[in-house]
Amino acid sequence: MIRFLLNRELRVEQQLDPNMTVLNYLRSTPGKTGTKEGCASGDCGACTVVLGELDGDRIRYKSINACLTFVSALNGKQLITVEDLKQGSELHPAQQAMVDCHGSQCGFCTPGIVMSMFALGKNVTHPDKEKINEALAGNLCRCTGYRPIIEAAEQMYADVTPDSFTSEQDATMAKLREIQPQQQAELSDGTKRSFNPTSIAELSTLLEQYPHARLLAGGTDLALEVTQFHREIETLIYIGDIPGLKQISVTEQQIELGASASLSSCYHTLNNDYPDFGALLHRFASLQIRNQGTLGGNIGNASPIGDSPPALIALGAKVVLRKGHQSRTINLQDYFIDYKVTDQQPGEFIEKVIVPRAADNGEFRSYKISKRIDDDISAVLGCFNLKISNGVVESARIAFGGMAAIPKRASLCEQALTGAPWTMATIEQAKAALQQDFSPISDFRASKEYRILVASNMLTRYFVEIETPEVETRVTAYV
Amino acid sequence: MFDHKKETSYEAMLELVKQDLKTGVGRSVKHESAAKQVSGEAIYVDDRLEFPNQLHIYARMSDKAHARITRIDTTPCYEFPGVAIAITAQDIPGIKDIGALKPGDPLLVEDLVEYYGQPVLAVAAGDHDTARKAAMAAIVEYEELEPVLSVEQALQNNHFVSAPHTHKRGDSASALATAKHRLSGSVHIGGQEHFYLETQIASVVPTEDGGMIVYSSTQNPTEVQKLVAEVLDIPFNKVQIDMRRMGGGFGGKETQAAGPACIAAVVAKLTGRPAKMRLPRMEDMMMTGKRHPFFNQYDVGFDDNGMITGCEMKLAGNCGNSPDLSDSIVDRAMFHSDNSYYLGDATITGYRCKTNTASNTAYRGFGGPQGLIMPEIILDEIARSLGKDPLEIRKLNLYGDEGRDTTHYYQKVEDNVLPEMLADLEQSSDYQQRRAEIKEYNASSPLLKKGLALTPVKFGISFTATFLNQAGALIHIYTDGSIHLNHGGTEMGQGLNTKVAQIVAEEFQVDFDNIQITATNTEKVPNTSPTAASSGADLNGKAAQNAARTIKQRLVEFAVSHFKVTEEDVEFRNNHVVIRDQLMPFADFIQLAYFNQISLSSTGFYRTPKIFYDREKASGRPFYYFAYGAACSEVVIDTLTGEYKILRVDILHDVGASLNPAIDIGQVEGAFVQGAGWLTTEELVWNDQGRLMTSGPAGYKIPAVTDMPVDFRVRLVENRKNKEDTVFHSKAVGEPPFMLGISVFCAIKDAIASIGDYRKSPVIDAPATPERVLWAVREMQQLQSPHSVSPTAEITP
Repeated sequence: MIRFLLNRELRVEQQLDPNMTVLNYLRSTPGKTGTKEGCASGDCGACTVVLGELDGDRIRYKSINACLTFVSALNGKQLITVEDLKQGSELHPAQQAMVDCHGSQCGFCTPGIVMSMFALGKNVTHPDKEKINEALAGNLCRCTGYRPIIEAAEQMYADVTPDSFTSEQDATMAKLREIQPQQQAELSDGTKRSFNPTSIAELSTLLEQYPHARLLAGGTDLALEVTQFHREIETLIYIGDIPGLKQISVTEQQIELGASASLSSCYHTLNNDYPDFGALLHRFASLQIRNQGTLGGNIGNASPIGDSPPALIALGAKVVLRKGHQSRTINLQDYFIDYKVTDQQPGEFIEKVIVPRAADNGEFRSYKISKRIDDDISAVLGCFNLKISNGVVESARIAFGGMAAIPKRASLCEQALTGAPWTMATIEQAKAALQQDFSPISDFRASKEYRILVASNMLTRYFVEIETPEVETRVTAYV
Repeated sequence: MFDHKKETSYEAMLELVKQDLKTGVGRSVKHESAAKQVSGEAIYVDDRLEFPNQLHIYARMSDKAHARITRIDTTPCYEFPGVAIAITAQDIPGIKDIGALKPGDPLLVEDLVEYYGQPVLAVAAGDHDTARKAAMAAIVEYEELEPVLSVEQALQNNHFVSAPHTHKRGDSASALATAKHRLSGSVHIGGQEHFYLETQIASVVPTEDGGMIVYSSTQNPTEVQKLVAEVLDIPFNKVQIDMRRMGGGFGGKETQAAGPACIAAVVAKLTGRPAKMRLPRMEDMMMTGKRHPFFNQYDVGFDDNGMITGCEMKLAGNCGNSPDLSDSIVDRAMFHSDNSYYLGDATITGYRCKTNTASNTAYRGFGGPQGLIMPEIILDEIARSLGKDPLEIRKLNLYGDEGRDTTHYYQKVEDNVLPEMLADLEQSSDYQQRRAEIKEYNASSPLLKKGLALTPVKFGISFTATFLNQAGALIHIYTDGSIHLNHGGTEMGQGLNTKVAQIVAEEFQVDFDNIQITATNTEKVPNTSPTAASSGADLNGKAAQNAARTIKQRLVEFAVSHFKVTEEDVEFRNNHVVIRDQLMPFADFIQLAYFNQISLSSTGFYRTPKIFYDREKASGRPFYYFAYGAACSEVVIDTLTGEYKILRVDILHDVGASLNPAIDIGQVEGAFVQGAGWLTTEELVWNDQGRLMTSGPAGYKIPAVTDMPVDFRVRLVENRKNKEDTVFHSKAVGEPPFMLGISVFCAIKDAIASIGDYRKSPVIDAPATPERVLWAVREMQQLQSPHSVSPTAEITP
């Protein structure tokens, strides 16, 4: 049984297909058709809805893709859809601004855009253009060219009258408190089942009981198996209700990121130490995806591209794997063995990721290359962490995504650099060595020749950025 | 209602009639559906309430590009509980081919598979998932045949869907032979997925007369009506198409919407149950046609100043596996291969190449963009070869006075606003100053380079199939004065309904809110043309105006006889009727007319005047008028990665006297961004089996919010009415600004050319993906210094 608020109305669901997405649930069960399916793959944002989560004495609102969220993730939360914003005949400021600025044409992307704007308004009082772009980067519009939508986003903040969500906040919080997960929830349609453990101990027991169960965190990748590849997942274990797996802590020595901490919630910590990691996260899929997707999930799905593993490997991150009461810590680079093959043993789960502090690392830079700036999968992602002292490369950790079957270090390139003088001549040698490190493939994102050339050109960019910081090196600086 | 309205004093009414109507023509009235769209209340086909016995359909696609089907067995489909029927071509009661003008598009494959993704069979079940599982369980066996996958291969082998066609003026061969300078080359221009946010969908309900009510997301209700009737073998009058709104069309729902509607109709006919077919995104992208990719070759002669004296072009459109609308599309590419320029002696030949890919179809610009880009590429080449600024060469070659004012298909270019517009934009965009600043920037920036380009657009308005230039409308006024409006056009987001309602509001001088816009429906207005060719408001606006004027004339005649005044004494003003010195609210006057037995309902009709075209002679006036625009784009590129960003765009666009400036600007901006997307990030990739690999938004990248220019300035040309008698002297706006995106392509090339000191124009196929940009950068660097390609040599400390 899962319990959640559909806006402010309590819903209790017991017999649902755990493979059902929130989008399909909304459109079928309560018959709320305002939320649209544009792609069912989390790439267009037409299905954007907002989740309200209790966070101490406030509710935290986040935009998510309803098409990639399984219903079990609603447990204990408030689900807000586009239909909930209008009060009587009065449009919500986010809606009114879209009307005033001529922000809707065909209108099919509009509900999603309104919900992204609504969530932004709940989280940032006076967002700048960067925040607005960030909030909307996961919402495709084919009609307007976005100018009126951005204008609407800017305009809606002029309106400071509290909306119904603010005025009802106390009552909603009271309702949310009542449904906070206290014990393990379960959902089943008779054949498929899902569990929502509330502690690491419960999770461990479940994994022993169902060693082939699939772990569900954000689900932004896992859900594609259902919506795009039409597989059925028999047993799901949703780990989002386990507070212990979401913790983020920073000590003098290291940063610890819980496996089910969302990518959004990791942003600040990582950005503080490594601004380029922050910039990378900014371009990691879309805000909706980052609000759901987790660091642990991004590692666990073992994508050859990333985007976080190459950065984490370059930074020397470790991963803590746990099984029952036992845990082991390994270097993240050793976690990846081959295409979609990892060192994770049956019954094991990722508990946390440990990243060294900036003071212990060199100059970190990450370069994401993709066809489109927003919400695109990298053709190549290169991450560089070099320590240079007295004109000599003291150490080099370089990792790439999109260049091999796994996120991988450029060992020969690192060797060419380590101990060598910090000059363009060394960079040229490192580039040559890099050619030996990888033999990437050609696909619709890029040819192997482009991947190799761009990967080696990144060394030039890195050199220029370190040596002549006044030289412009990134078109993204103009965004 | 009328009876309860409070009395308005004469003075108050007098005050009102002195004021202009606030929601008539020329006002930025909000999109009629905006408030419903932002609140999720706007109903799209998939949002309609379903029936308890509702069926959902999934069509199984071929996974071969070219093959003969040796066996289909649908028996396994029925093993899934909930499956109502599995159909193949054999089950279609009537005509099995839904080709728009010529056959070639079987509703379901009979025996020959012609592309990867072609629907082979369809299964209907109580839910979509079961229908899909069952369809995939059917046994389909193929005998594979060699596919033709490249346009060059098709061109080489004369593998065409229809015959080549030529436009010819003068003797291009001798003009080229005697030209002072001559350049030739070839370029691939990519296709484009429509990516309407709402995928193709139709929902069909059987009627008691053996007919069908079809809710279809289509730009062409009449054609869906015709095809549904034909596949069911029933008269057209038994089929009703209802279309309230589309979640985007862009040409992709002109012919491609018919397939799902026809399959659903066959299922509904055979089962007697309501049936819905909605294509999931991947199926939509694989099954339906796109913008035609083109392979274009050119040979151009010019003088020392850069003036073109002769030109030959071969435009080879990749039509996919069937004719669909390709004859007209390649024709339009040819019609626009001059863009805004006098080409001298010119021979333009269009080829309609047949490949084993989905049949390419209408897409905003309808082939025009793929032709129109050619002179822009050519003029860049000429400018670089002469060491001149491309803008200078563009201005030099514009259509001009007598002797230089006739196209290669012999239409005179009247009312050519472009020389003025280019001068205006050159100044307002600070072109010359920024050109100098960019040169300076490029000299001091070793890795990033900026580029600038200002390009014009001239686009012909009218369907080139002349008979399509007609439209109908229907207006009822009810006795409370409220107005029901219907017309043959379809709303896909472009604001057509809003504009047509403004026209009716203007005619009757009543508020926009007094007019109820209703779903396009073949029972209200019959025999309509598709909403395409940017003609929606031109045609349907005129038809609605005609209907309004018919009723208005009756009302005036009534007032004349009833109040014993002259026609000049009767005036409709701001929700009132002025009858000499008497004032009446519109609603009161309508009720009076009703009691005096005046008909308050009328149809309206319009056909475009002046146009004619003789295709055999390739001569005539296919276009009623031209719409013009110009854009100046600045970009920055990265010479290490090929990444780029659009920095600033200035647009000046001509819509005549705007019906609704906000909607028109929305069209201009949206079209520009879509056009820029076509030429930059939107890359369609097929594998060697003919399977589309970029079959979803994860791989196919349409512009997102950050792709918008950092600085975006759009202006409409002011105080310049359409010289022709169009509706309120406005101009069509849907397609023309799409081609303003070409300025981005040219600006990227300009940035690359800076590496070679602007002595050569880089050769780059469209779309200019970061990868293509990087290869062009490399080529330019090698040209510059063949021994060293390191761009950072000069900054090594």
